[in-house]
Amino acid sequence: MAQQLTAKEPTAEQIADQRIYTQFGVTDHEYELICGFLGRKPNYTEIGVFSVMWSEHCSYKNSKPILKKFPITGERVLMGPGEGAGIVDIGDNQAVVFKIESHNHPSAVEPYQGAATGVGGIIRDIFSMGARPVALLNSLRFGNLNNERVKYLFENVVSGIAGYGNCIGIPTVAGEVMFDESYEGNPLVNAMCVGLIDHDKIQRGVAKGVGNPVFYVGPATGRDGIHGATFASVELSEESEEKRTAVQVGDPFMEKLVMEATLELINSGIVLGIQDMGAAGLTCSSAEMASKAGNGLELYLDEVPQRETGMTPYEMMLSESQERMLFVIEPQHEAQAKEIFDRWGIICAKVGKVTDDGRLRLFHQGEQVADMPVKALVDECPVYNKPSAEPAYFRESASIDTAAFPEITDLNGALEKVLASPTVASKEWVYNQYDYMVRTATAVQPGSDAAVVLIDGTRKALAMTTDCNGRYVYLDPEMGGRIAVAEAARNIVCSGAEPLAITDNLNFGSPEKPEVFWQLEKSADGMSEACVKLNTPVIGGNVSLYNENAKGAIYPTPVIGMVGLVHDINHITTQKFKAEGDVIILVGETKAEFGGSELQYVLNGAATGRPPVIDLDTEKKVQDAVLSAIQKGLVASAHDLSEGGIAVALAESCISGGIGANVSLTSDLRPDHLLFSESQSRILLSAKPDQADALTALLSEQGVTFATIGTVTGSSLTINVNGKAGINAPVQQLEKVWKDAIPCLMK
Amino acid sequence: MKFAVLVFPGSNCDIDCYKAVESTIGQPVDYVWHTATDLSAYDAILVPGGFSYGDYLRCGAIARFANVMNEVKKAAEQGKFILGICNGFQILTEAGLLPGALIRNTGLKFRCHGTSLEVVNNNTPFTKEYSQGELINIPIAHGEGNYFCDAATLEELKANNQIVFRYAGDTNPNGSVENIAGISNKAGNVVGMMPHPERAVDQLLGSEDGKRMFTSILNAWREQHGAAVNG
Amino acid sequence: MKATVYVTIKENVLDPQGTAVQGALHTMGFSEVGKVRIGKYLEVELDTNDRAEAEARLKVMCEKLLANTVVEDYRFELEG
Repeated sequence: MAQQLTAKEPTAEQIADQRIYTQFGVTDHEYELICGFLGRKPNYTEIGVFSVMWSEHCSYKNSKPILKKFPITGERVLMGPGEGAGIVDIGDNQAVVFKIESHNHPSAVEPYQGAATGVGGIIRDIFSMGARPVALLNSLRFGNLNNERVKYLFENVVSGIAGYGNCIGIPTVAGEVMFDESYEGNPLVNAMCVGLIDHDKIQRGVAKGVGNPVFYVGPATGRDGIHGATFASVELSEESEEKRTAVQVGDPFMEKLVMEATLELINSGIVLGIQDMGAAGLTCSSAEMASKAGNGLELYLDEVPQRETGMTPYEMMLSESQERMLFVIEPQHEAQAKEIFDRWGIICAKVGKVTDDGRLRLFHQGEQVADMPVKALVDECPVYNKPSAEPAYFRESASIDTAAFPEITDLNGALEKVLASPTVASKEWVYNQYDYMVRTATAVQPGSDAAVVLIDGTRKALAMTTDCNGRYVYLDPEMGGRIAVAEAARNIVCSGAEPLAITDNLNFGSPEKPEVFWQLEKSADGMSEACVKLNTPVIGGNVSLYNENAKGAIYPTPVIGMVGLVHDINHITTQKFKAEGDVIILVGETKAEFGGSELQYVLNGAATGRPPVIDLDTEKKVQDAVLSAIQKGLVASAHDLSEGGIAVALAESCISGGIGANVSLTSDLRPDHLLFSESQSRILLSAKPDQADALTALLSEQGVTFATIGTVTGSSLTINVNGKAGINAPVQQLEKVWKDAIPCLMK
Repeated sequence: MKFAVLVFPGSNCDIDCYKAVESTIGQPVDYVWHTATDLSAYDAILVPGGFSYGDYLRCGAIARFANVMNEVKKAAEQGKFILGICNGFQILTEAGLLPGALIRNTGLKFRCHGTSLEVVNNNTPFTKEYSQGELINIPIAHGEGNYFCDAATLEELKANNQIVFRYAGDTNPNGSVENIAGISNKAGNVVGMMPHPERAVDQLLGSEDGKRMFTSILNAWREQHGAAVNG
Repeated sequence: MKATVYVTIKENVLDPQGTAVQGALHTMGFSEVGKVRIGKYLEVELDTNDRAEAEARLKVMCEKLLANTVVEDYRFELEG
């Protein structure tokens, strides 16, 4: 049987003559290079291995010049990009490990399994570093929720995330969901995992020690997900609906067992190197582990546990069966390792050996079936400096004066419209499906600016959030990139934490298009500037290109996952108004900024003009002042102003607090501008009456602009503008509009 | 008083139960693996939530055949205190230690949020410190918590005062018969409930209404064993 | 021998999944659809040629594990 199947594979000659390699996404030039590295023509297995190692997903061949822009070091950074996940010191010999990763294309085709396996993959990245996963987050983008297919994708992506996270017992504590036509047919599903580790337990994916055995753990390998990495690196098309073989099925129960057993193995101190089998499965994990140690590796494919009969070397190397890991130990520890996996009922097979010749050699049925230089696989993929060109829309939209649209006089109506927009509306429908409380450490639950997770046995906690407004990035990639990082940091600060570092997920269209590449470059510039200014280095991330649908590229969406440190649990702050009589203070300056705003989208169905302008010096000052006020105990509630501006922020603080507010604003701006502008670097605070003076004194001292705008009171939200009635609505009514929006659409 | 927290492959609230025993009553507590064949050292057994055996086939269906379940049955017969929470409740019904079954939520979705529970029977070792009819805030997190039993069983539950908790008012989150959130066996020493008291033991996490379940258990045990064994 | 086992929710027990599918079929225009019930289908390979024994053993498997007779009914077919 095996022979028959192997016989069907094209020969090295056929691959060359018929240019079969192009079907794997390998170019003529790349093929020539591969022949050069091998000194001969690659056979079917070898071209398969090269094609996934040289795909954008594994090699970053198109995005490397972009990734170089990011600041990746900092006094707290223990491990930057390159390993499974980045690591940041949080004191007391503890560190936080986190990473974000996309599963966009698998989710577009099979939303439940696509999302579920996305969660499974990112969890493995965290525990393979030796860390205990403590929280999950996600960042999702869908088309307009009036579309039936969009509803189907939304429903099943959420279900898939819930199905995996709930079963494995890691709380899904935060996330964001935005809806815009731009993402129709190409949803974004980015999953992030956060773990905790002691410094001395940190692992690396290295195949150390010539002669040491290499072990495979996890369920048997099947034919699922072959060429997933390549699949992730092409545009979605009508045919991809049929490429269902590229979608894997997740088994969270298996992963729970693999996780517990792996952490036990790591804690026993015998592991020399460990890496999960993610994209490109056995190929990527073995090649990368060998590369990082400067060694070679031999794999005996007959020893690889197989779920199906007659699997070829090609299939085994490229399978993306889930929940599998590869690790290296010294031979004398074999029995100890096996005992651990036996107890958890998990397959553990010796499948290879570390060698000193720098080659990845594969053996099958007594023959050597592949022999490739590790360095060529991992480091020698050509890097492309794609052409970049400013898109026409960018210049055109500069002349659009978004503040000039007709004045809205029904401000109550406008507020209700924005609150009912699925992007702004309550996400309870989503997060009530996630177990966000398991592990009993979630101090701030989903629905506030950032989630806060306690660290057992300490007074410290971690704040975490995901953020990105793709409309801003589309309208001005550099400004939008800055805002994405700044807003994530502002969310972290509002929860009472010091921003530590970020992980980023660059979701863009096809880099073959110069306009898309320009978006990528400019947004990376903006992100980098903000990361430097706010002292939040990039410790890892993921690139997802070729996100396109029939209408073209999606909005450029560089999602920021940020983690912050709450130095003392007393600093934990939420967005909800706390008590009758508390004083409301607005920090920051409001300008007439509507480009890419939620109000613009709700009214016009499109994003045009320029996004809000952010000044990073002002941003830093505002964040420092607010964090310092929180740490001094002067703040009762803090809420970042984002989509929907001051009107929505006030409504949300009222709704979550179950209490009203009486606010008076004075300004030269038009009332609708003042209430719904999305100007940056603004935070809504409230303080106990006897602390308001101390708070305003501190804000003055720190040199930030602020205004005392009202008090928390009653059961209605009343906002007067320049002495005239602006908004006046019972909080219960606003709550109903805000909470019912998504459930109504999903009925 | 000594507690066991059972651990099945796929249990994931085991740590939370362990921490809750430590933080609320500070009594000795051990994790006990599903293969254990002796529970004689323990006075109370907690069957924690999670997805034992992936909840494949049916929630709790495979776990009930684990070795340790024979010992749980013996302990129940001896009158020891046994509390099944969420998946633990499902396991206890599958094992026949509690009547009825838990089926898919009527809304078909997993639901995680705080709920208001009415204490229907405060005359059990688990609920002594609550008052009858008291409303307490305890969260749920389940996809299959819809309690079902036939009419005869329901009559029996009522006649024997075996309904321990109900979802208050019109807040039934899953379609359970008569808003049932937790029940006991006839003797009252075995209780199963879908809500998670171990998640409600610290105001910082949203509620501490679950604390009194743990103090109730300890005090009930002390009463049973006389003042001499205080400690 | 090979057994096929069908496990269905008892008639008197609410089947929310079945109700949801029924609703979806109606929305799609399949108005002829009446009640929909969702169950489980299992294929079990048995290492025996004794039909009577197989039936007896399957009954025990169903009663003990494959179905929860509080809420589910079962039936099975044997072939081979």
